[in-house]
Amino acid sequence: MEKLRYERPVINKIKAGVPDKFGMQTKVEIMPEIEGISVKDILKEYGSPVFVLSENKIRETYQEAHRAFSSRYPKIQFAWSYKTNYLDAVCKIYHDEGSWAEVVSGFEYDKAISNGVPGSKILFNGPDKSNEDLVKAIDNGSFIHIDHFDELYSIIRLTKNTDKKAKVAIRINMDTGIYPQWDRFGFNYENGEAWNAINRIMLSENLELVGLHTHIGTYIMSANAYAVAASKLAELAVRTNRKFNHNIKYIDMGGGFASKNTLKGAYLPGKDTCPSFDDYAEAITSALINSEIAPDNLPILFLETGRALIDEAGYILGTVLANKRLSNARRSTIVDVGVNMLFTSFWYEHEIYPAQECSLQTEDTAIYGPLCMNIDVLREAIQFPLLQKGDHFVIPRVGAYNMTQWMQFITLRPNILLIDRNKNIQIIRDKETNEVFKRQERVPEHLK
Amino acid sequence: MKIRSNIAVSDNGFMFDPNTGDSYNLNNTAAEILQMLKSGKDESEIIKEFTQKYDVDEATFEQNLYDFLGMLGHYDLVEKEQTNY
Repeated sequence: MEKLRYERPVINKIKAGVPDKFGMQTKVEIMPEIEGISVKDILKEYGSPVFVLSENKIRETYQEAHRAFSSRYPKIQFAWSYKTNYLDAVCKIYHDEGSWAEVVSGFEYDKAISNGVPGSKILFNGPDKSNEDLVKAIDNGSFIHIDHFDELYSIIRLTKNTDKKAKVAIRINMDTGIYPQWDRFGFNYENGEAWNAINRIMLSENLELVGLHTHIGTYIMSANAYAVAASKLAELAVRTNRKFNHNIKYIDMGGGFASKNTLKGAYLPGKDTCPSFDDYAEAITSALINSEIAPDNLPILFLETGRALIDEAGYILGTVLANKRLSNARRSTIVDVGVNMLFTSFWYEHEIYPAQECSLQTEDTAIYGPLCMNIDVLREAIQFPLLQKGDHFVIPRVGAYNMTQWMQFITLRPNILLIDRNKNIQIIRDKETNEVFKRQERVPEHLK
Repeated sequence: MKIRSNIAVSDNGFMFDPNTGDSYNLNNTAAEILQMLKSGKDESEIIKEFTQKYDVDEATFEQNLYDFLGMLGHYDLVEKEQTNY
């Protein structure tokens, strides 16, 4: 006789309280496949945990974002934000779609060059650019986004030794009505510092002011903040034109568009509350078109959005290591994905889906990673199905930042896979081995 | 382990404790275990019956069973053991 499917026994106390007025779904969906490929099979072949990226999703999301802007504004250029995910394979997909590169360090700059991006299609941001980096960027005709006066004067000094003009933009911070106001990067708009910087650049023979750049923050839930920012940049472009008879070639609105992940403390899920690409595009392009910039001089609109483009295309697949009871009898589940590789769990309430059939029963569960550290918490409280040791799960929307901000701590980083357009699985970053770390270390002679 | 005699359990796993007024939900396997306990079966009999009927190995089920029994104790749904001082 065939045995019945087993589910571990569970008792849940019924808590009377205020009903959820939004009637959120309590049923936990399962995710047994990614792009039609079985999660179980992927884990069996490539080990657990493992990151998986979808090339189709990357391209679809890029095209959706591009369409939202290009259908509203005549001149659009995206620049892939390297820091969001600088795996070469990922960068090359964006470059193939037409993206330039947006980099924030010498390391990223060299990566973009080695990915075949011409220097003239690199936007160089960030507060840390060495003289060596700046000389390289000037020689290659890259667009240097100046962060502070020390950098501005460094460029002025460096260009005295070369016959090339430095193509520069300035990063501008401003009050757009949101909190927190990011004022640590660039020159402030309200106190006149940005205008001073523009004047200094315009009076310099060896610098060409080509653009104005802002990046108002991250995970911005208000599309209107971008409209305010675009209006302020447009106003500076008009003033520059009036005073110096000089046209600003581009306005760079940076990134910061929210992805559909849910921030910790948010009452409603991000997928229900985040603005769409159309919302952001409408706000930004309307502000530019309605500004006083003459229609013939409309600048190119640059966008450096990273998170909203790639978050949806990334998954991490893992395995349950153990189930325990906490001192108050709450369930805790330990999984093999920790904050070392899922850095974003510090600010997101990541969704977690079982990868195999399970019943409708759930338990109030705390989900912990495998690290021997108290901070290794994926979810403090989630209604989670009754998984057993060895069961698999999928965490979606992890494509942004995790593969660049991850930490090597007490364990090795896992494989990263790409499901390509033909549904073939490609390893795009090998899992680390002890040899990788041994290679970097040296033991002094007397300790050998 | 004995379930308190005044605990009421319906066939579909709804459980009521008249001492506290608290209600509980049980999944199918938990409800079945509870009926076995109420009918006086001990842990070893429950393990034997379950591993014959369900697709589960003995070690896994034993671990799950004691975890579940621990929860019954946590919610104060079982008879206190007689202590001999």
